[in-house]
Amino acid sequence: MVPVSYYLVLSAVLFTLGVAAFLFKRNIITIFMSIELMLNAVNLSFVAFANMHKDVSGHVFVFFVMVVAAAEAAVGLAIIIAIYRTRETLNVDRVNLLKL
Amino acid sequence: MLHQALFFLIAAMCVAGAINLLLQRHPIHSALSLIVVMGSLALLYLLLGAEFVAMIQLIVYAGAIMVLFVFVIMLLNAGEEEHTRGSRMALWFGAPAVAAIVGMVVYVLTSNSTTLREVHLGAWASTTHDVAMPLFREYLLPFEVTSILILIAILGAVVLARREH
Repeated sequence: MVPVSYYLVLSAVLFTLGVAAFLFKRNIITIFMSIELMLNAVNLSFVAFANMHKDVSGHVFVFFVMVVAAAEAAVGLAIIIAIYRTRETLNVDRVNLLKL
Repeated sequence: MLHQALFFLIAAMCVAGAINLLLQRHPIHSALSLIVVMGSLALLYLLLGAEFVAMIQLIVYAGAIMVLFVFVIMLLNAGEEEHTRGSRMALWFGAPAVAAIVGMVVYVLTSNSTTLREVHLGAWASTTHDVAMPLFREYLLPFEVTSILILIAILGAVVLARREH
């Protein structure tokens, strides 16, 4: 047996690594991937709590998070492609204007 | 004992993949290490008795979403990232902030540890049937709303990525 807190600490560590990658990376695609990592860390908390309470509602919420993540990935990658067409760069430091 | 050994093995794989994502310079290497993280998370979901979630983690996340990422990396021919003055500043100010965040999150999650229980391997498992029941009863409205969300996301992606003439 493993305490639920181990899973929660693992989830916190993964979330923080996602935040760190979000802050330190300069490539816009890698920054986008670190958002996916944070969403995954939260999903792990949901599943751990679902197991603790013996309730499948947590799994339903993980399902919804995955749906939103899929929608976000589609729109976000389309935005990245649009930015690359006009700026010819993926470095976020060089993308400093909102207009295309 | 077996459960603990499996947990620590998979957790080490997971954290190693996440650290590798942070350290790699080339986005395709980061994407591949993110696939490792997602695969090991699917194994952790199996340990927690969430069979349906483990399978959709593999199919939707490691399959569909990461393939999308790898396609975009190849399409845009992304090279190694370059470091600028801004990235060094982010490192100096970001590193203490990240340390503070992990401390706070771990503290909040484990502070009421008297109410936290233990996970027993195989003691509780939810089948697809168990997940489908609340999904199509209590959560029917949110489920239908997500279909509209997906539709809008498809339209948005097509409009944004369209080449202007």
